[in-house]
Amino acid sequence: MKIGVLASQGAFAEHIAILHQLKVEALPIRLPRELNGLDGIIIPGGESSSISKLMLDYHLMNEVRNLAEDGLPILGTCAGMVLLASKVSDLDIEPLGAMDITVRRNAFGRQIDSFEAELSMPVLGEKPFPGIFIRAPLIEQANSEVEILARLNGGTAVAARQGKLLASAFHPELTDDLRFHQYFIDIVTGNRKVGLE
Amino acid sequence: MEQSEEEEMETGTWKVKAGLAQMLKGGVIMDVINAEQAKIAQEAGACAVMALERVPADIRADGGVARMADPTIIEAIMKAVSIPVMAKCRIGHFVEAQALQALGVDFIDESEVLTPADESHHIWKHDFKVPFVCGCRDLGEALRRIGEGAAMIRTKGEAGTGNIVEAVRHMRAVMDGIHKLANTSQDELMALAKEMGAPFELVAEIHKAGILPVVNFAAGGVATPADAALMMQLGAEGVFVGSGIFKSSNPEVRARAIVKATTHFQDPEIIAEVSKNLGEAMSGLDIKQIPTEELLAPRGW
Repeated sequence: MKIGVLASQGAFAEHIAILHQLKVEALPIRLPRELNGLDGIIIPGGESSSISKLMLDYHLMNEVRNLAEDGLPILGTCAGMVLLASKVSDLDIEPLGAMDITVRRNAFGRQIDSFEAELSMPVLGEKPFPGIFIRAPLIEQANSEVEILARLNGGTAVAARQGKLLASAFHPELTDDLRFHQYFIDIVTGNRKVGLE
Repeated sequence: MEQSEEEEMETGTWKVKAGLAQMLKGGVIMDVINAEQAKIAQEAGACAVMALERVPADIRADGGVARMADPTIIEAIMKAVSIPVMAKCRIGHFVEAQALQALGVDFIDESEVLTPADESHHIWKHDFKVPFVCGCRDLGEALRRIGEGAAMIRTKGEAGTGNIVEAVRHMRAVMDGIHKLANTSQDELMALAKEMGAPFELVAEIHKAGILPVVNFAAGGVATPADAALMMQLGAEGVFVGSGIFKSSNPEVRARAIVKATTHFQDPEIIAEVSKNLGEAMSGLDIKQIPTEELLAPRGW
């Protein structure tokens, strides 16, 4: 299995390190030719405005959009979730539109409001997942095909899955907890049935 | 659902402070002095901007005491862009830092580019919820700053010169220090910590991990796409560009080219391509022609 981690900008090395811990081959993606033969893609956290411009400049936006339409599994964390969305408030570039979610950027405020919170996420088991939210986005709306995997106590949706697409507002790549990445790998290998089918 | 969201949300933790620096990796942070420049930087793909009253080249030319920028300017820049906004305070001036935190800036640079307020002590940065970045010339200086709570490190270089030589010197010194620590034996660590003037715990941590515990950017003299890629190949995880963009003849094009070169730093064809037709770079300064007392890098310790 080979997973490509988008390396235009952001915390891609952290995702690659976690994949290596899970004994999965992982490589950074900066150009379309590097997309060949992948079993899945991760779009990391970073600055969504910066990542999207570099993706456009080097023709990754359409290529990744097409791969998502063809059913390639994609995980997006934070900025990656912003890019997977169909609608984003406050981003001047059109996102990939792969998931039927509306996302608000910097939804909790500025850096001073960045926070950690223990998340209950039943698909990962009983133990709470350490959520690290950095200038994080949130899911404002999701259509009926989208399964919300985690919410903050007030009800705000912060992780979701739609078929083989997985998104989180927080940063599993900054934790020692491998369960979220394992969940994505299970989607890639087909060990997790597509939600709501 | 009776519990409010606030009860479970812990802000200002080390993880979210160091984590924001991790999100900036592979990116370019650009000095800007007004909302218009900030928008140009964001449009070019900057991952953050540094809000200033004057860029380092002008601070150098003007002389006098350089202080924290007028909050009006910082607020106008925060309003103009959606990417993170950083601002500088003087070395040791913790009240300027308190004011910047109150304004809501996303990162504070305790910077040698401004006139130091304290020649003996840097700010105790653990006390703040907002993360700090600090300059360094070698690993010992980097670890002293991390010990005080810096969540990100950058080379000092020699700001406002458009000359990369000092940034190269400082990055090589940091990297050499890390390699030396990683390859030394345990019983020599205490002596090395003493020699470097660095906290022993951090020395031991680097000996074990072989990497810095925080993100390390290049700064101080980056003027071209090739400069940015050079620093990345030497081990920088991202780049600050100060005067290099808005003191050049075509800031929009140069900013975009430096962003691309930072991402594709290992791809000589792309570096060559983006280096074409950029117009005049900022006029540079030979470090040897700057009087010693006007050098910025020796400020702080």
